This record gives sequence, structure tokens and C-alpha cells, in this order.
Amino acid sequence: MNSNKRITTIIVGTGTCGLAAGARIVHDYFADKIAEEPEGSYRLKKTGCLGYCTMEPIVDVELSGWPRVSFGPVTLEGAELIWDMVSGGAELPRDIVLGTHADAEGIHELHDIPTLWETPFFRHQKRLVLKNSGIIDPESLDEYLESGGYRGLKRTVEMTPREVVDEVKESGLRGRGGAGFPTGLKWQFAHDAPGDQKYIICNADEGDPGAFMDRSILEGDPHAVIEGLAIAAYAIGASKGYIYCRAEYPLAIRRLTDAIEQAEEAGYLGDNILGTDFSFELLIKKGAGAFVCGEETALIASIEGKRGMPRPRPPYPAQSGLWGKPTNINNVETIANVPFILADGAEAFRKHGTEKSPGTKVFALAGKVKRSGLVEAPMGMTLKEIIFDIGGGVQGDKEFKAVQIGGPSGGCLPRELLDTRVDYDSLIEAGAMMGSGGMVVMDEDTCMVDVAKFFLEFTASESCGKCLPCREGVARLKETLNSIVKAHRDESPEESLLRFQGVTMMEELAGVIQDSAACGLGQTAPNPILSTLKYFRDEYDAHVFERRCPSGVCTALLEYYIDPELCTGCGLCVRKCPDDAILGEKRHPHYISTEKCISCGTCRQFCPFGAIKVR
Amino acid sequence: MAPPTAVSSGEYGTFDSTDPGVLIPLMQATQEEFGYLPRVEVARIADYLGLSEARVYGVATFYNQFRLEPLGKHYIQICSGTACHVKGASEIFAVIRAELGLEDSSTTKDGLFTIDSVACLGACSMAPLVNVNDEFHGHMTAQKALKLIRDIRAKERKGE
Repeated sequence: MNSNKRITTIIVGTGTCGLAAGARIVHDYFADKIAEEPEGSYRLKKTGCLGYCTMEPIVDVELSGWPRVSFGPVTLEGAELIWDMVSGGAELPRDIVLGTHADAEGIHELHDIPTLWETPFFRHQKRLVLKNSGIIDPESLDEYLESGGYRGLKRTVEMTPREVVDEVKESGLRGRGGAGFPTGLKWQFAHDAPGDQKYIICNADEGDPGAFMDRSILEGDPHAVIEGLAIAAYAIGASKGYIYCRAEYPLAIRRLTDAIEQAEEAGYLGDNILGTDFSFELLIKKGAGAFVCGEETALIASIEGKRGMPRPRPPYPAQSGLWGKPTNINNVETIANVPFILADGAEAFRKHGTEKSPGTKVFALAGKVKRSGLVEAPMGMTLKEIIFDIGGGVQGDKEFKAVQIGGPSGGCLPRELLDTRVDYDSLIEAGAMMGSGGMVVMDEDTCMVDVAKFFLEFTASESCGKCLPCREGVARLKETLNSIVKAHRDESPEESLLRFQGVTMMEELAGVIQDSAACGLGQTAPNPILSTLKYFRDEYDAHVFERRCPSGVCTALLEYYIDPELCTGCGLCVRKCPDDAILGEKRHPHYISTEKCISCGTCRQFCPFGAIKVR
Repeated sequence: MAPPTAVSSGEYGTFDSTDPGVLIPLMQATQEEFGYLPRVEVARIADYLGLSEARVYGVATFYNQFRLEPLGKHYIQICSGTACHVKGASEIFAVIRAELGLEDSSTTKDGLFTIDSVACLGACSMAPLVNVNDEFHGHMTAQKALKLIRDIRAKERKGE
């Protein structure tokens, strides 16, 4: 990678989050500047996502005699400072330095700057899957090769398929998409299944709200996924594979398409891979947006051009999957672990993580946390270490309340459980689950009833409607939650009775859905309610018995009034009120009729003077 | 019946009419071409693949990606992923809805705005997030969201 080090190189992180934060403006600025210089004196490159989202846009600089240095967040002003430094020898803009990349050797002038890997966000991480993301140019096969790429595949084709399956079994790798099923075992089922045509599918339909690690891997290191899939295909005997990727990830799709082309040209995909008689064709299928397609059989139905509805198992996809043929489905992160296992061996992989959950897990750490981003932690790390050591704790020094793990299938864990170790089994014991790896931090201003309601609304709208427990049961749970965060001014006696019934039977209904829904989506849908009921029952009680929301989130339980001192009588709120509940004369203080007010809170958002208050 | 436009234009690759798996890619191409799935195109797709129109509609309405009505001139997605939600996305959505006089995810009568609440745009560190015509606006507040809408309106009035 350092062969052209003498040419000053500027590397801009252009993952989706970098672009969202303004990386394109910064990239274009450098492109314009470099265009004015003699040809060949500077290089401008792109890289994927380093995972330190809070610091985006991130820019790296490689100067002769210097280690690679990362800067962030780089605004246009920051870019100017960096340009002045590389072109005119101006001083290093220390305020925006994140850290250096190199090890101790060859550093001068920068000796007092810590390497990136010593800074708090990275220090506790172990990067196996994300090792290339944000470092190499994802559009360059050469850079992937220089970082050790396709070593795993080269070793694979010298082994028998059975040996490859055994290697993965030995590594103890478990599915990173949610349930944690042993990957090697899954491969073995597909390997053992009779059939002349077999398929491999990579599930990149990351629909979990608050999770984006698969996207970052696809954008930042597409070849790792391709290599992993080729290895899996060899192991189970598949000649055709699909990457089922969310259509909402256009950049990931583009990078994958290009990478597949490069791999075909270089002989890592296509016919007679690496000169052997192993052939493997890889295609991209764009998902059309349905959360339930994370379920294997639903995903298969979707590729077959049908509504993405799950079907009962068995038969499992390993016996009868896509077009009725033996099919193996793995999630992106699982597949991205495979090249390392085959290149360095199961032993090396087992050095990380715990006995029962070896390796690492990537989390999308977000919400009310100081340093948000992609975190790759060895399995077995505690929640506290991830949230406080890596994430820096809660924003604005508020009180930590809960962390939501596993998205709509997972649960909310309270402060008392911060010492829980993050591995498949410990999380399930605590009432959450690994899920795909979303980790959203919540503080005292978050209402747990509202959070449960949020997830139930999501699963209710994503339920495919095939089985009754999920279609009707989740809808009833959602209604019940909606009824406890609503004001009951115009409620009929019958509605009160139904509400009462709903609340008292909520836990029982949740249990029934868990036991009887047809697929993983339905079976796990009640988890957000059950975990919040378990750990935050007092908040439910406050809503149900005292008709108040302790965190002040559920607007319908608040009473709105206008502060006559602040109101100028502009009339904006009158026009925006959906129920004509605000009265008053122009240029005189207005007031809200509590009879008519439906507590939607709209007026409060619109008032330019902050005159609308709540109690 | 004429073949679907996405097939006859030749710009979206080839679609093997005997492979049922091409239904979704074909609808995706059609939507890319028109911005939505026009009725006549749905009929053509059904005819081309030898499926009933009901079957095609069944698939089209199952997935979030497909829309059966044209998009407004300005497409506003309000992210309602978990991180955005705990940081107040529902207030942002409510205020934008109220400003545009819309009940839910839909298009304004003048065809200027379509608003949509979407599951996760994947830039959680910038929560709450609004995507206006493929441009991300992070760290939203109600007032900032209103300004976004009013700025677009002002530009429209000036005829830009």
C-alpha cells in the first residue's frame, strides 16, 4: 500500500454516512485544488466508512515521511487547513486530528499524536470484519489483495469441500444476522443435501431500523463479502449465488457490482476459479423493502418473484430452498468473517471472543451516546465497556436509562444490567437478543412505553399477514399501547372496558404470540414489550394509573396552555391547530380550550416565541 | 398488448419472460423509468410474464419500495429509525405534516411535496434526519424542518 507513498495522497471517507455529513463537498474541494497542480503531484482517493460516524466527514492524508493521519470532522474550513498544510507546509491543524495510522517506526514531528488505535473510540475494539473498512479503497482490487485479500479462497480451493466445512465448524462462527445458529453446521446441511444444483444467498437486506453495519461492510470492503461467498459456495457445492441487497443502498450495490466485475476478470469468480474446475457465478438481487425478508424462506420467495412471505420449516432451505434446490443463506457479517477463518485458520479466530461465541460482533452504536458509530467488539465485552468506554457515555451528561439491543426483535436493558456480557446466550438470558446489532442508547428523556410502541408499530406494519398470531396479535398489542398513551376525554364506557382488558391481558397475549407465530418476526415481536415490562414496569404504571408520562414524551398525556406573557397573538398556532382549540384576538394573548384540545402538540412546535407550555 | 416500457426501451437489460424471478426487477426498472408503477405498465408486465394483474398488484403492494401514484416534485423522507425516534423524529414528522396539511405519508394536492416516514436511512449519528431530494439534513429540529419546507416553497414561488 505504501509503494507510492512519495506522492502526497488525500483520502476522503465516502461511505453513505460520510456523504450525508458533507464528504462530497470536501472531496470536490480537494479535486478542484489538485486539478490546479501539475499532474501526478497529488493523488485523491476514496475509502469506505471508518465507523467513527460522529467525526464524519473523515479525511486521511499520506505525506512523504509521515504516517497516515486521520482528520475529522472536516468541514470546508478544515479542508482548507489541510490543503494549506499539504501544499504550502502550513502547520498541522491539530484541533481536527483524530490520530495516526502507523506504528511507532518512521514517525517524526508527530510523535506526540496518538495512533488512531490508541484513542478511546478504537482502543477497546478488535477489528476483524472492519479491518479494511475506511482504510483501503473499496473500489480497488489491488488494495484488497495487498491487505491479504483472497488468501482464504486460495487456501480453500486446495482443500476438499468437507475440510472447508469442518474448518468453519471448528471456528465456532455463529450467524451474525440474529439468532446465532452455528454457520459450519448450516453449511454441512447444505453440503450433505443431495442435488446437482445448489445455491448460496447472502442476506444483505438490512431492514432493522437503527442498524447499518452490513451497509458499511458492503460499501467499505465489498471483496471480503465476495471472497466469503466464493468460499461458502465451494464448501457446499453451489455454482450460483445471490446477494440480496436492499435497494435503499445504491452505493453498496454499485460497489458490489464493480467488485464482482473485477473479481471475475481476475479469476476469483466465474468459470474455473484460480485455475481449478470450481466455477461460481454471483448475481445481485435488489430487495424491494420488506423487513420480513430477513427471514430465510421469505427472502427466497422474494427472489422467486413472489410476495415475501415465510413458509413453515421443515423442509429447511438446506434441503429445499430457492427453486426447490438446496440453498444456504448467510448474513453479510457472517460471510465477511469467513475469509479470515480460511486464511488464518479456526484457531486464530477462536482467539477472539468467548468459548461459545467466538470472534467479534459489529454494533451500530447510536442514540443518545457521545461517540456514535460502528463498533466491532470482541464477544464477551460488557455493555458498560461498549457504551461508556467506547461510546463515551451519555450525551449532555444526562442519566443513562436503557440500551436497546437487537432492534424490533430485541429488548431494552436497564442500568442494572450494564455488566451483561455481549454474547448470544447472555443477551437472551437478560431478555434481549443479539439481533443484527443495533445498539441504541436511551437517557432519562426517553419514554420506555413510547419505545415499545415504536417497535410494535414497526412490526405491525411489517407483518406479512400470513399467520394469525402475528397479524392480529401484534396489531392488538399495538392498539393497547396506543390506548395507554392517549388521553381519554371522549372515551365511551365500552372503550374504557376494552382498554382495561387490553392492559390486563397484554403480557398473556405477548406470550401467546411468542409461542405460536409462524416465523422469527412474529415470535420475537413481543420482545420490546416484554423487556420493558420486566425492567420498566413503573413507567407503564405511571401511564396507566396516573395518566402521566414521567419522561414527558407522550404528548397526549400533557396539558397544553399558553403563557400570556410570551404570546404575541400572531395567530400562527390558530391556523395550525387541527381541532380549532385555540382562541383569541389578533395581537392579544391567545388561550387553548382544554375541552377541545387533543394534545397533539403541533402548536408548540410552530410557536416562534415558545409561548406554548405544558403541564 | 405492448411489452412493458422497461423491456422495450432496452435500457434496463434483458428480462427473460419465462423466469418468474424477473417480476420484481422488472417492476423496479419500471419505477425507475416513471417514478411509480403506472396502471398500464402493470397490465403490460402481467401480460408479458403471463401472470394475472392481481398477482402483480399483490407483489407490488407487499413491498415498501413500490408506489402506485406519482411522486411529488420534492420528495421528503423523514427517518423514523430507532435512533431518530428517540431523538424526536415523530415531532419532526408531525410538524412537517401540519405545515403541508397532510394526514400521513402522502402527496400534497399541488403535487409539490411527497412526504414519507421511512424505517432507517442509516446515518444514525446525525439523528434526527430528514432526506430532501436525496440530500441529507441531520440534527433536525422542528424549526429547522419548517425552514426547509418554507425555503423550497419560496424558491418555487420565485420560479427557480
